[in-house]
Amino acid sequence: MTVKQLSVFLENKTGRINEVVRTLGQNGINMHAFSMAETADFGILRLIVSDVEKAVEVLRARDFAVMSTDVLCLSCANTPGSLATILEYLAEENIFIEYMYAFAQNEAAHVVIKPNDLPHCISLLQEKQCELLTQENL
Amino acid sequence: MIWNPNKECMPREQMRELQGKRLQKLVSYVYHNVPFYRHKMQEMDLSPEDIRSIDDIVKLPFTTKQDLRDNYPYGLQAAPASEIVRVHASSGTTGNPTIVGYTRRDLAIWSEVMSRSLTAYGVTRHDTFSVSYGYGLFTGGLGAHYGVENMGATVIPASTGNTEKHLRLIRDLNITGIACTPSYALYLAEVTERMGLSKDDLSLRIGAFGAEPWTENMRQEIQQRLGLKGYNLYGLSEIMGPGVSYECEEQHGSHINEDHFFPEIIDPDTLEPLPVGQTGELVFTTLTKEGMPLLRYRTKDLCALMEGECPCGRTNVRMTPIMGRSDDMLIIRGINVFPSQVESVILEMKEFEPQYLLVVDRKNNLDTLEVQVEVRRDFFSDDIGTMLGLKKKLSDKLKSVLSISAEVKLVEPNSIQRSEGKSKRVIDKRKLV
Repeated sequence: MTVKQLSVFLENKTGRINEVVRTLGQNGINMHAFSMAETADFGILRLIVSDVEKAVEVLRARDFAVMSTDVLCLSCANTPGSLATILEYLAEENIFIEYMYAFAQNEAAHVVIKPNDLPHCISLLQEKQCELLTQENL
Repeated sequence: MIWNPNKECMPREQMRELQGKRLQKLVSYVYHNVPFYRHKMQEMDLSPEDIRSIDDIVKLPFTTKQDLRDNYPYGLQAAPASEIVRVHASSGTTGNPTIVGYTRRDLAIWSEVMSRSLTAYGVTRHDTFSVSYGYGLFTGGLGAHYGVENMGATVIPASTGNTEKHLRLIRDLNITGIACTPSYALYLAEVTERMGLSKDDLSLRIGAFGAEPWTENMRQEIQQRLGLKGYNLYGLSEIMGPGVSYECEEQHGSHINEDHFFPEIIDPDTLEPLPVGQTGELVFTTLTKEGMPLLRYRTKDLCALMEGECPCGRTNVRMTPIMGRSDDMLIIRGINVFPSQVESVILEMKEFEPQYLLVVDRKNNLDTLEVQVEVRRDFFSDDIGTMLGLKKKLSDKLKSVLSISAEVKLVEPNSIQRSEGKSKRVIDKRKLV
């Protein structure tokens, strides 16, 4: 029920993101979502892509520091308040969200979540009948 | 004013004779008290009787920083432990610090040469002098301190840090002189202006600046902003500490206290002595030291000796400002830093590639050190907190090894340029020469 997310270490330098995106494109890897976390001198680019293993391989070959992390990809209704309901479930169970990013289109909204306790979070959301996407149905 | 005209204005011939006598005595002393020198001389088939005048100094073996390290802690000490009254230490490169023990007489000579320096700057018993070098194992603080006391001026042992409080004392106590690094003097000028004060609110008239290289431009700027005259004060802990050489009112070359510290300039590659006026590596022999006397100590500082009489009346030889180093040592905020120290810290941390680059700069008149290290391709965390923690761990380790803080910058794998043979580990953006 998890999705593999790709994390890439980037220096704060013009053109570094282009390099990642171009490398993925040249290797026929598609991106579903990404987000950028930044500090004063470096950033971490987090991506959901079509072929994680291949992406790790091609990016490492280009000298990027890369790792993959298990995250959740939640699908919920693109209506006011629907995410709030789900996040309340997590808060009640004391599940802390380390980071998240989302995009919404038509009827559905997709939220990538990195909780502190992944198994607990999965079982809770399943119990609450929330739709979780897998690598296959992204 | 001249503190000791007898020695500072001694006719050249007489000085060479005095140096020759002192050298003979020194060589016999180390031969009989320091096994390191005895063995070296025996290997060279040299006995103390072979040294008859100062010209024979070229026959003697050199001493290097490595020799001091190899003989850590007291291997080169000539005086018995009961005669040592103080010990100073300077930071080691990858392990052993340099330990220097002083006898009571050594300390008296140190105060004497510091008094000569201060008098040459124009300091008198009526001055109040703030010593803003670090007090402690570093020789700067205590060395300058006892010099001021010895010549009868009032010493304010301000040490370093808390600049605003220090500045208040400078104003309220009518402090007239200050000993510090030139970059600290510029910082002081900046804080003065920030506090809404000007040089007219202060009574500073004399600055004794040393422990790091500085330029004529810096001198002009410090003089103009603090309203004082700035003089060079040179020294190194292996030889004594501050007071090895000093500028006079001419501000043109630093007079060497050559009755105590005999200077030579050598070619750092061939080790052959160079003619007067040529730039090379400065070498000192401590003619009168008892605690840890050194023969022909290679300072790695590059400069030239200046012959000829000085209009101030002193006859002792002068040295030009330091033009660079014959090794890779950096002086950052007055502290000696070797790239190998940084390397040893990085090699200990498996989270980083064994690649690094030091970027030294001067921002707002303060030296800055940035250490760039490569994140390892397979060892990097998706969590920002972990990465920042890693950065902090490295910067804390560097601080404890280097004694100065460094800004750590994490960079991407393989982004630091590799080169065959000697790689470029340092970019020094400061303009010091």
